Amino acid sequence: MAGGKKSIVILGGGTGGTLTANKLRKAYPRELVDISVVDRSDGHCYQPGLLFVPFGKGKSKDLVRTRSAQFRAGISYLDSEIDRVEAAKNRVYLKDGRELSYDVLVIATGARLIPEETEGLLGPGWMEKVFTFYEPEGADALASALKAFDEGTIVVNIVDMPIKCPVAPLEFAFLADSYFKDRGIREKIRLVFVTPLDGAFTKPYASQHLGRMLTERGIELVTEFNTAEVDGTAGRLVSYDGREVGFDLGVVIPLHGGAEYVGRSPGLGDELDFVLTDEHTLQAKAFPNVFVIGDATNVTASKAGSVAHFQGEVLVENIQHYLAGEPLEEAFDGHANCFVESGSGKALLIDFNYEVEPLPGRYPSTIGLPLLKESRINHWGKVLFERFYWHGLLPGRSVPGIGARMPLSGKIGVPVRERSV
Amino acid sequence: MSMTAETLEQIEFNEEGFFVDPQAWHEGLVPELAKRDGIDELTEEHWKVIRFMRAEYLAKGAGPTVRVLGKSSGVSIKELYQLFPKGPAKLAARIAGIPKPRGCI
Ligand SMILES: Cc1cc2nc3c(=O)[nH]c(=O)nc-3n(C[C@H](O)[C@H](O)[C@H](O)COP(=O)(O)OP(=O)(O)OC[C@H]3O[C@@H](n4cnc5c(N)ncnc54)[C@H](O)[C@@H]3O)c2cc1C
Repeated sequence: MAGGKKSIVILGGGTGGTLTANKLRKAYPRELVDISVVDRSDGHCYQPGLLFVPFGKGKSKDLVRTRSAQFRAGISYLDSEIDRVEAAKNRVYLKDGRELSYDVLVIATGARLIPEETEGLLGPGWMEKVFTFYEPEGADALASALKAFDEGTIVVNIVDMPIKCPVAPLEFAFLADSYFKDRGIREKIRLVFVTPLDGAFTKPYASQHLGRMLTERGIELVTEFNTAEVDGTAGRLVSYDGREVGFDLGVVIPLHGGAEYVGRSPGLGDELDFVLTDEHTLQAKAFPNVFVIGDATNVTASKAGSVAHFQGEVLVENIQHYLAGEPLEEAFDGHANCFVESGSGKALLIDFNYEVEPLPGRYPSTIGLPLLKESRINHWGKVLFERFYWHGLLPGRSVPGIGARMPLSGKIGVPVRERSV
Repeated sequence: MSMTAETLEQIEFNEEGFFVDPQAWHEGLVPELAKRDGIDELTEEHWKVIRFMRAEYLAKGAGPTVRVLGKSSGVSIKELYQLFPKGPAKLAARIAGIPKPRGCI
């Protein structure tokens, strides 16, 4: 590496930012590279755990650990809100007045929820009759509301894509079915899943499979519903094309966008404040020394922790290539895998990338976890993921056999889907 | 050079009604394409959205979603639904001769 000591600044210390910082610290000795991470709060929440909070499985505060404690020695942590980036000048401006300059910038500020963009969502009824489990307070409040709920209609509504963990709303519906069965009152509850997509999920094969699972559980499916308004007083969702779905309890996944400061940073973002990113190298489109990981990118991979994990390997290698003056590798293939909780202590696993949609078979190879099939072992996979998150994923450990590239060996019948759908 | 299609019969559509070859599109086909989707009268606003979709596709390789359209086309989402009642992004993409806007995953 030429030109003396380098400085790498990482914006956001969540899943992607933390694992990147730790991997980079392992890759470079302190004499060669300074690494700093900026985040606005010192609490790191294990977000996948929020799905279980509404069903009385713990409180959201149990999912939070000290953010700065997740970093290896030799990483500086700056606690401040980011105000903007002037990438043309290699500078970051923090809200508390500090300014940072960098040789390489990593953007890992995730996605933000924008409930205020949907008419009525934050109006009367918010946090009384209308909730979201996508943030800690909402998940806790929903737990009390579900506990007191013993008759009527619950809707689960995705306002629009993209959202974090696109299977989580379906999982919520499956778990709600299971929860009310356990309470012996399932027949008094109507469950309705309302989505802007034309099926239960985005990818055709998985969509059929998950759609069948909704039907089997008596969960109604309303598709191509673009929510224009949430009326918490009357208890109804209204779509732009004038359809209505009534509810007694609304579980709404609000619109998502990238971090607001992206919009204030010239050249970085798209209309929704996601950072324009090369889908294979993870380099920002406009600036060669800016790299992007996780929910903050505009690439069409899922917004999931598993994706940030797979991206991390490629990202860190490409930062090394960049600093060494070598060409980048086009190595990220959109690989995602998610455990989908299906209720009653079972889950299924889906594994896919930009080109190949979720298929049945086994993961990571012919001997492995069953794909697209409900099983207890997948549920345990999901439960164990929390341990792996804190002790394997965040520290930046590589797992043998589970790499960035999606494996095809265990999959059955591998049709390549149409790219643009 | 390929021949310019005069009517829709000469165009190849996929099973969802999108152009297989976006290059085969030209503005002369728009009135017929709009009729196919139940829009008999094309206003200036329709044209504004259709041209915007086309330009976005040519610049970025993908058409915008409704939400992005509402933010960037100068036409609000409510109006977009009045213009293209059965789903603005999908219909305007079909009429603009571009692939189905990528739903994110
Ligand atoms: C309910 C739910 C269930 C989920 N389930 C799963 C699952 O089962 N499996 C899975 O793989 N993924 C799941 N996810 C998704 C997963 O949590 C995210 O995809 C992952 O955390 C993304 O990592 P990230 O680093 O991109 O963003 P985050 O981890 O969200 O980190 C972003 C960080 O940036 C900071 N930040 C943002 N803006 C600023 C600013 N202006 N100034 C300072 N700091 C800022 C934030 O404080 C935050 O710490 C789930 C998410 C939710 C909400």
